[in-house]
Amino acid sequence: MAETRYSKEHEWIRLDGEVATVGISDYAQSQLGDIVFVEVPEKGRKLTKGGEAAVVESVKAASEVYAPVSGEVTEGNAALTANPALVNSAAQGDGWFFRMKVANKAELAELMDEAAYQAYIKGLG
Amino acid sequence: MRYLPHTEADRRAMLQAIGAASVDELYRDVPASARRKDPVDLPPHQGELAVERELMALASQNRPAGSMASFVGAGAYRHHVPASVDHLIQRGEFLTSYTPYQPEVAQGTLQMLFEFQTQVALISGMEVANASMYDGATSAAEAVLMANRVTRRKKALLSGGLHPHYRETVETYGRWGGFDIKSAAPDPAGTEDLAALIDGETSCVVVQNPSVFGQIRDLSALAAAAQKAGALLVVVVTEVVSLGLLKPPGAMGCDIFVGEGQSIGNALNFGGPYVGLFATREKYVRQMPGRLAGETVDVDGRRGWVLTLSTREQHIRREKATSNICTNAGLCALSFCIHLSLLGEDGFTQLAQLNHARAAQLAEKLGTIKGVTVLNDSFFNEFTLKLPKPAGPVVDRLVDKGVLAGVPGSRLWPDRPELADHLIVAATETNTDADMDLYARALAEVL
Amino acid sequence: MDKSQGRISRPDAGPTAEIVTASGHRGLQIEELLIFEQGVPGRSGVDLPEPPKVKDRLNGMRRQGGIGLPGLSEPQVMRHFTRLSQKNYAIDSGLYPLGSCTMKHNPRLNEKMARLPGLADIHPLQPVKTVQGALALMHQLAHWLKTLTGMPAVALTPGAGAHGEFCGMIAIRAALDARGQQARRRVLVPESAHGTNPATAASLGFEVDSIPADARGRVDVAAFKAKLGPDVAALMLTNPNTCGLFEPDIVEIAQALHDAGGYFYCDGANFNAIAGRVRPADLGIDAMHINLHKTFSTPHGGGGPGSGPVVFSEALAPYVPLPYVVHGKDGFRLVETRESGAEPFGRLKTFHGQMGMFVRALTYMLSHGSDGIRQASEDAVLNANYLLARLKDVMTPAFEGPCMHECLFDDRFLKDSGVSTLDFAKALIDEGFHPMTMYFPLVVHGALLVEPTESETKAALDEFVASLRSLAARAKAGEAAAFHAAPRLTPRRRLDETRAARQPVLRWKPSGTSRQAAE
Repeated sequence: MAETRYSKEHEWIRLDGEVATVGISDYAQSQLGDIVFVEVPEKGRKLTKGGEAAVVESVKAASEVYAPVSGEVTEGNAALTANPALVNSAAQGDGWFFRMKVANKAELAELMDEAAYQAYIKGLG
Repeated sequence: MRYLPHTEADRRAMLQAIGAASVDELYRDVPASARRKDPVDLPPHQGELAVERELMALASQNRPAGSMASFVGAGAYRHHVPASVDHLIQRGEFLTSYTPYQPEVAQGTLQMLFEFQTQVALISGMEVANASMYDGATSAAEAVLMANRVTRRKKALLSGGLHPHYRETVETYGRWGGFDIKSAAPDPAGTEDLAALIDGETSCVVVQNPSVFGQIRDLSALAAAAQKAGALLVVVVTEVVSLGLLKPPGAMGCDIFVGEGQSIGNALNFGGPYVGLFATREKYVRQMPGRLAGETVDVDGRRGWVLTLSTREQHIRREKATSNICTNAGLCALSFCIHLSLLGEDGFTQLAQLNHARAAQLAEKLGTIKGVTVLNDSFFNEFTLKLPKPAGPVVDRLVDKGVLAGVPGSRLWPDRPELADHLIVAATETNTDADMDLYARALAEVL
Repeated sequence: MDKSQGRISRPDAGPTAEIVTASGHRGLQIEELLIFEQGVPGRSGVDLPEPPKVKDRLNGMRRQGGIGLPGLSEPQVMRHFTRLSQKNYAIDSGLYPLGSCTMKHNPRLNEKMARLPGLADIHPLQPVKTVQGALALMHQLAHWLKTLTGMPAVALTPGAGAHGEFCGMIAIRAALDARGQQARRRVLVPESAHGTNPATAASLGFEVDSIPADARGRVDVAAFKAKLGPDVAALMLTNPNTCGLFEPDIVEIAQALHDAGGYFYCDGANFNAIAGRVRPADLGIDAMHINLHKTFSTPHGGGGPGSGPVVFSEALAPYVPLPYVVHGKDGFRLVETRESGAEPFGRLKTFHGQMGMFVRALTYMLSHGSDGIRQASEDAVLNANYLLARLKDVMTPAFEGPCMHECLFDDRFLKDSGVSTLDFAKALIDEGFHPMTMYFPLVVHGALLVEPTESETKAALDEFVASLRSLAARAKAGEAAAFHAAPRLTPRRRLDETRAARQPVLRWKPSGTSRQAAE
């Protein structure tokens, strides 16, 4: 099982071979409340670390989702278009946002591991 | 002062409760240099009668369109509005309520907006409409902004048949908002080939139908050409009554429909307030500016309405909003909604037929005057005349004969001397046979 | 993730037992179908003459097939919209303390004047010699606005407040361009600003830089000064600010900004607190929009139309939108194209502005006069401070000291009660009042912004205070469940906004995605 790493902006990323899957954390979905719309990047889009990659909307909040690392999108999760509630029910599973080919694996090391992230969100109160 | 309820005793009692010696204490944060002891140099308050006299004196210096034989159009049209429309919009529950942010106590406004959105979608042949914009020209500018977002391009192509005020408004948004605009030359004959001007950078093609000169065109081929190049087709309609008779934009491949809704339910009002219409395809709904009423259910499962998809809007998204628009044209949208409800399918269609027939009769009459040419091969209720002399002075002279003859080219295109002898003439159901005879006679006299 | 704040209405309380009627109506609360569910083909609410037979000039572009509009008679339409109106709360029905929106009384004389045929039935493109009275009216309105603000110029055309911001910020860009300072692209906006401010600045290519508030709810002057630099184009500041407080350092702020080469845009949404007492010109402001639908009482109409004229300082006066009115020896003229001596930046809307709103606003001004306008501002401030004084022991004011025309509370008084700001506001609906503005400004936790306006009597304020005190006591007493179920006495109870946004139904369709009411 590949390791899940987290950004301070609450994105998670899991590398499996050359391709990583990205989504928002379970904590993030619980903070946003009922997700009503997700816009995922199209295949081929080049992302830079920290740049805007996707949009997630709850009823009265819209948030950008940033690329946790640089790379190229290989697939957006089409299931979210029809069923954005997947982000609420399975943020770190079927509710993933997109998959990407990672440009520089070293960037992953700059992200938090599970324990560090749990400590981080605890600190947010 | 009749609008201010407090007596001096009330004010004293309230100040005492506050613990302030005077109201000046409440303004203590105002810097000393900006405090004013005395009222500003303007007249004191007056009773209703005195104010009414003053306003009536101003009103009497105008010549209302209804007091003359009026044929002025070009973006605003004089139609008959049923008495019940004005009565209903003056109900305090509509007139003096705010944007329906608390849906439990604003179901009336919300249901009306849902009906309005449906009406706009139906007459334009589009899938989804918003709850209104400021007016037609701002709707057109917002349509271009939306097309830029959808296509991620920044160049709009404007037809030469577009009302010049719409063009200028879009140009203001473009010049200061950072997108490019290519405007085709004024096109009275309706022969421009816009498709040839579309390139890989074009975000949208904006075309008015009927054009400002009155020409009617089938836009299907232009829509296909735009979409083939990855651009959107924006169709502008300044006379919405035409949609009762003409093939709607939605049936010609239009991506964004914008319109001026003034003709239905709203007086001329010297240019405003009017009501901007805005409709598009369902797939673009999240890129659409403005407010939207949507259907849902309440906690007891009963059908109700709320403002929805508000995450697109400025109060949530702030600098990332689709538009900075906040206030829309709620009450004018209500007038539109009520008038169109009264008209219904049959009334709306018949009103359109009547307008067309009146214009056709007028074109016939004026076209036989020596030296006058009707330029249009087609029109709805408005057409363009070419006169043997500049139209501006002709229009001025006709005023003295009791005729508002139309809009001279020099008014809309002051920098285009070649259009100075053009006169844009509109006829509606409000024009009588006597009006038209008077016009024909007077025009023949002054030429 | 970058999260913006907002609160949803979430129907998580169970249904209440209620009296069941066969019709679904409940006394004066009458269920009303959509017009599309009532119409019958062949029916109409108008009688039009038979169109004369003419040769069709439509170029073969006649509509094919029906439109789908419903047919209703006039009495049906009257009843439909009357019933809809009865589902709305309005200023005419009661206290409407919606902070920052200024729901004051809308005098009906204004409506009557706006309907005089000499003002309503004139076409914007009639020859100017036939509309001298209309141009004179615009000129007179401009004079009042300039005198009240002390500013030398005003642009009347903007269609609403946000449109006015757009106008004012374009003028600033045009002035910077004329100075050759295109590099100034940063606009400072306080965190507490209306959402329209950053949206406007961003739409004009400015970079928005947020400035923090201090513990007093005012601009942190030190933090503001630290942000000044050669790339700063402007400051956008609301004054009185969105916390209902006057910025005491505003003159110093303006001075520092001007010294740094920036322009001062003031959001004039709260001008109603100071009109007749303070002139924006004396505060160092370069541009400010005035919401005629707030300060000068043109009706809100369920969300518009508004009107947002912008006053300008000498520095910005050349950079105004087209068209504008000038007075010369041959009477009034409407300048619609660029003329020498001015640098107009272009047209903002189809015609010359919201004339119908101009008439109403001028009527309001002539009625109030300079003394009445000043008194209205003072009474608005008095009323807000009275509410603050009567409520501060049971609700928690966000900041110390007196307020301007609106008072701001945070949700500390609801702490541990299980009642949120939203619940509290919804309970107020059952008390017969419109809620205050909630969750704005964003700088205050669980904000409740209360603006009573000058139109309310002391008795009405006392009644409102009694309700708020009772609700605060009930929240403290642990009646959270009752708050969660509120409102109970309205035509509809809390609505499912999640459902509305997840599966948007934005129009009626004959196929019946829209459900019949009162099933």
